[in-house]
Amino acid sequence: MSTPVIEILGLDFAYPDGTEALKDIDLHIHRGERVALLGPNGAGKTTLILHMNGIHRAQTGTVTVSGLPVTAPNLLEIRRRVGLVFQDPDDQLFMPTVREDVEFGPRNLGLTGAELEHRVAAAMASLEVADLANRAPNHLSFGQKRRVSMAGVMAMEPEILVLDEPTSNLDPASRQDLTQALLGLDVTQLIVTHDLLYALEVCPRSVIIDAGRIVADGPTIELLADAELLAAHRLALPAALLLLAGAPDPHRDPPRVN
Amino acid sequence: MSSSHRHALFVHAHSPVHRLSPQVKIAAALIMLGAIVSTPRETVWAFVCYGLALGILVALTQIPIRFLLGRMLVLTPFALLALLFPVFGTDPKVEILGISLSEQGLWDMWNLLAKAGLGLVTAILLGASTEIADLLRGFDSLRAPRLVTAILGFMVRYIDVVVGDLNRMRLALAARGHQGTSIAHWGPYGRAMGTMFIRTYERGERVYLAMESRGYAGEMPASSRVKARPGEWAIALVVVAAFWAVAITARITR
Repeated sequence: MSTPVIEILGLDFAYPDGTEALKDIDLHIHRGERVALLGPNGAGKTTLILHMNGIHRAQTGTVTVSGLPVTAPNLLEIRRRVGLVFQDPDDQLFMPTVREDVEFGPRNLGLTGAELEHRVAAAMASLEVADLANRAPNHLSFGQKRRVSMAGVMAMEPEILVLDEPTSNLDPASRQDLTQALLGLDVTQLIVTHDLLYALEVCPRSVIIDAGRIVADGPTIELLADAELLAAHRLALPAALLLLAGAPDPHRDPPRVN
Repeated sequence: MSSSHRHALFVHAHSPVHRLSPQVKIAAALIMLGAIVSTPRETVWAFVCYGLALGILVALTQIPIRFLLGRMLVLTPFALLALLFPVFGTDPKVEILGISLSEQGLWDMWNLLAKAGLGLVTAILLGASTEIADLLRGFDSLRAPRLVTAILGFMVRYIDVVVGDLNRMRLALAARGHQGTSIAHWGPYGRAMGTMFIRTYERGERVYLAMESRGYAGEMPASSRVKARPGEWAIALVVVAAFWAVAITARITR
């Protein structure tokens, strides 16, 4: 098999206060995959993705991106390969205009002139934000901010796009736009979320993490069909969905108190 | 789009002044300020000349007079202070409308009002005709330290976010019955400010992480410097030279 885009072996991580955030993580993601990373709040999802681009360094174990180990001399190349899209787009859009923000990454990579323009134009076109180029980020809608922050990451031509809770705060229409955008991007994707339906919609494969350990890894539809697994890790499909699937209606059949 | 699209000091128009490159406008404004400030206060005619020239520029820039006057209100505290100069100034005194006023104080008042007023009009001209992103680019083109322009940029970018946070916190206080009508109610405001400080600090950390994630290694990337056309510098030179001609003549003929 080809070199995985992300290869994590035996990764442990504890915060300075001793809290164990990650324990014995093994994870492979291959080129072209679209994987959901599921887990309750505080499971270690964000800590794990911060290891992928070298913001956290492995205390034990190794993290490798397309064959390149995450170590200090490789950091700039690692950060080009792993494009991180943060949860709050306001944290990520810090330049005065949309165009300058999309240019930020490629410029750090040393691009200038026609090559820079081409990169930036292609990234903005792929997320349909070209018409926002001269706008100030603080005057965009939330959905627009989300897509611009993705364009800023895509302009670095990453090998894997890692999105932290991309659907949070999106209205249904923006959520649909995001889905279209993600499905249209030709890049390996890791989507961190606790939105199970979104994982099912977008990702064929899911990884469930709880209390710093990977507890399940398989086809999304199979994991979501396993009610016991979900319940054991504080994940649950929306009750409305279960009702549609034939679960008893609590309003029509109130539980009897004897 | 609504006016919230732009900063409050900007006037949307398609004037020749708007079209000038930002670095030209910034440089011209600074040099014009130098001329105004260095003019001896006794040469009243020189200030009249500046006033007329700025008036023409304001008209060219299509700044509404109401907007200009509104912006000039920031001068009020200084004007009030200046009004005290003639009253408390030293001898000799002159009699005006039956009030004995210090001659020296009157000149001081005139000096402050004329220079601050004209300087303010110059600054308003610059702000009203240049968007903030362009101002930052202009300073960058003039080789201002990139760290300084970056800090200014971040300030402009995040001021709305911070004010938004603050407003939500005020709403949250009010929604649970907090009233800010007396000093006894100010405690929660103090704690809200403390929370704001911590939140802003945390946001700063997250922004830094986001910068690092896109390859930031301690230096902001150079923005694309747009060269000003030689013609633009020539136009600015004419205006600036006129101001300095007045200033120098005033100094010689004083």
